[in-house]
Amino acid sequence: MSTITSAMPVNFTFPRWITSVLLLAVAYLVIPAIGTSYLFEAILLPFLALSLAGLGLNILTGYAGQVSLGSAAFMAVGAFAAFNFNLRVEGLPLVGSIVLAGFAAATIGLVFGLPSLRLKGFYLAVSTLAAQFFVQWALTKFSWFSNDSASGVIDAPALSVAGFVFEGAVGRYYFALTVVSVLTFLVHRLVNSQTGRNFIAIRDNETAARIIGVPVLKTKLLAFAVSSFIVGVAGVLWAFAYLRTVEPAGFNLDRSFQILFIVIIGGLASTRGAFFGAALIVVFPLVLSRLGSFLLGDIFDSGVLDMTQRIVLGALIILFLILEPDGLVALWDRIRRRIGSALRRT
Amino acid sequence: MTLAFGALGSAPFPPDIQEHLAGRDLPPPREDGIRDATNDAVLALVGVTLSFGGVVALQDIDLVARRGEILAIIGPNGAGKSSLINVISGVYRPDRGHVRLAGRAYAQVPTQKLARLGIARTFQNLALFKGLNVLDNVTAGLAHKTRSSFVEQIVGLGRSRTEEIEARNRAERVLDFLHLSHVGERLAGTLPYGLQKRVELARALVAEPDILLLDEPMAGMTATEKNEMAGFVRASRDEFGTTVVLIEHDIGVVMGLSDRVAVLDYGRKIADDTPDEIQRDQRVIDAYLGVTPENEDGEGI
Ligand SMILES: Nc1ncnc2c1ncn2[C@@H]1O[C@H](COP(=O)(O)OP(=O)(O)OP(=O)(O)O)[C@@H](O)[C@H]1O
Ligand SMILES: [Mg+2]
Repeated sequence: MSTITSAMPVNFTFPRWITSVLLLAVAYLVIPAIGTSYLFEAILLPFLALSLAGLGLNILTGYAGQVSLGSAAFMAVGAFAAFNFNLRVEGLPLVGSIVLAGFAAATIGLVFGLPSLRLKGFYLAVSTLAAQFFVQWALTKFSWFSNDSASGVIDAPALSVAGFVFEGAVGRYYFALTVVSVLTFLVHRLVNSQTGRNFIAIRDNETAARIIGVPVLKTKLLAFAVSSFIVGVAGVLWAFAYLRTVEPAGFNLDRSFQILFIVIIGGLASTRGAFFGAALIVVFPLVLSRLGSFLLGDIFDSGVLDMTQRIVLGALIILFLILEPDGLVALWDRIRRRIGSALRRT
Repeated sequence: MTLAFGALGSAPFPPDIQEHLAGRDLPPPREDGIRDATNDAVLALVGVTLSFGGVVALQDIDLVARRGEILAIIGPNGAGKSSLINVISGVYRPDRGHVRLAGRAYAQVPTQKLARLGIARTFQNLALFKGLNVLDNVTAGLAHKTRSSFVEQIVGLGRSRTEEIEARNRAERVLDFLHLSHVGERLAGTLPYGLQKRVELARALVAEPDILLLDEPMAGMTATEKNEMAGFVRASRDEFGTTVVLIEHDIGVVMGLSDRVAVLDYGRKIADDTPDEIQRDQRVIDAYLGVTPENEDGEGI
């Protein structure tokens, strides 16, 4: 019986890598050919940056089981570090700045991950809040980070790689897409390695993990560092490719929660989950605002929209936690299997 | 008593510091026991006492496991059997006494190094990694052998590739040995209880340990499953020469499987002998065995 059930989905889904190649082909070839600038500016660029942030947090929270409410802080570190490396290090290429920014975020992540060696769950979550508040405070307080700009808002540099400038919405989309694709591939490799298994082992049973020889402390800190690295690069994309400005305000606690919700709604411990979650988080407010103004007309102003958004999102999260704790990914897989077996029966 | 792991919130010290401390306050090794002198003792507890608040879980326990034997630990609920295994595996630190392993005495066994010391264990309450499939759970049992860094593992060439292939092969062999190959791809948490117990044994066995600590591996199983499990435990010993310390409530299983039986009662060791002698021991009968005529000759299994 088990052989039948396990063989079924295999017959109806392509091997994973074919799906990935198809998705990449669509993302690189089809979408730029048909997309409007609104699609890129308002949907795809924030989607890519948030997906990457979700992917990073998922390593920490989904795989290694360490809750963090400091994601936006690590994004901010990434964005500001990239800005400053780019500004202050003569001749450093942009890609170099971004990689160094990732390491800067990883270092800060490591520092704020230290409490995880002693704290768990709720207590750890609260201690990661410290990262959130400290980083935002430091970036606002010391104007050196913003190159002493009066407003604290600074323009991001152009996205140029080896003399080629990624210009316009589509150019920035290509840039972000490439960064996200490469990092997603690396994360995919990581979570399927022995280290990935160690992450899950620590999450599921720390004592058992320790006893089979998983280096628990090292692995936890590694999860913090790798996760923060990726979230930091996501911050660079958010500031450099999407907003085109760098400012502390956008990297607030709301953003941290948003990324946590992306991971929860999309699916914990799944690389696809971050993309599902980010898509929902980005598209959902747009749909809601269209729907609201269509149904209610002028009453549905931005204040009402904001409130409705929060309420519906909150309800969604609760629904997911109760009905589908494995997130959109699990929902999607189930629907696909249903369709698959329905097709087989006919 | 110091817990190596705080259940929630903070732990008293990070384990590496505890390890360090443990190395410090060793009591002078006792060279009194005749049994200590026997060379084939792979594991020894010397004067181990452990209490939780007012509850004395272990009281001045001396115990030796000899190479290649199956040593059963029996006793009523709360007698201290699991505590004993937790002391051996370093999960608990005894108040007094020490554990001798591989020629060294430990005030607290360093849990992190346990696998490298050649010790593997299972837990009374299932401790599988629910989010991993069966094969990955078993492969994880070789975590202590990993030398490659995570960067090498991402790249997936050279040393990390060899390690991964080697680990997979060994895990698959153990799955085969324990007749688990057909569930290799299933998530561990979705298996029936009896199979999960067996996967835990597989995860312990894959490391090919010198000493295997099994805390009620047959609890909650049907008679058939118990028989099967007993067969696997015996086969593991015969195949790998593993020393087995086994906690089990089913007297029939114990009498049939073990070479020696130690009986605990209220944290004290009240007997330690061959199965036959144990069944004749009046103190054991009073404390634990009671009148179980159907199992008298160990034919219960
Ligand atoms: N972590 C702990 N904290 C407090 N008390 C504990 C702890 N572990 C064990 N004890 C106590 O120590 C005593 C021995 O427990 P232990 O689990 O070793 O018994 P056991 O022989 O394994 O029993 P069982 O057959 O029920 O598994 C019990 O009174 C128990 O309540
Ligand atoms: Mg017990």
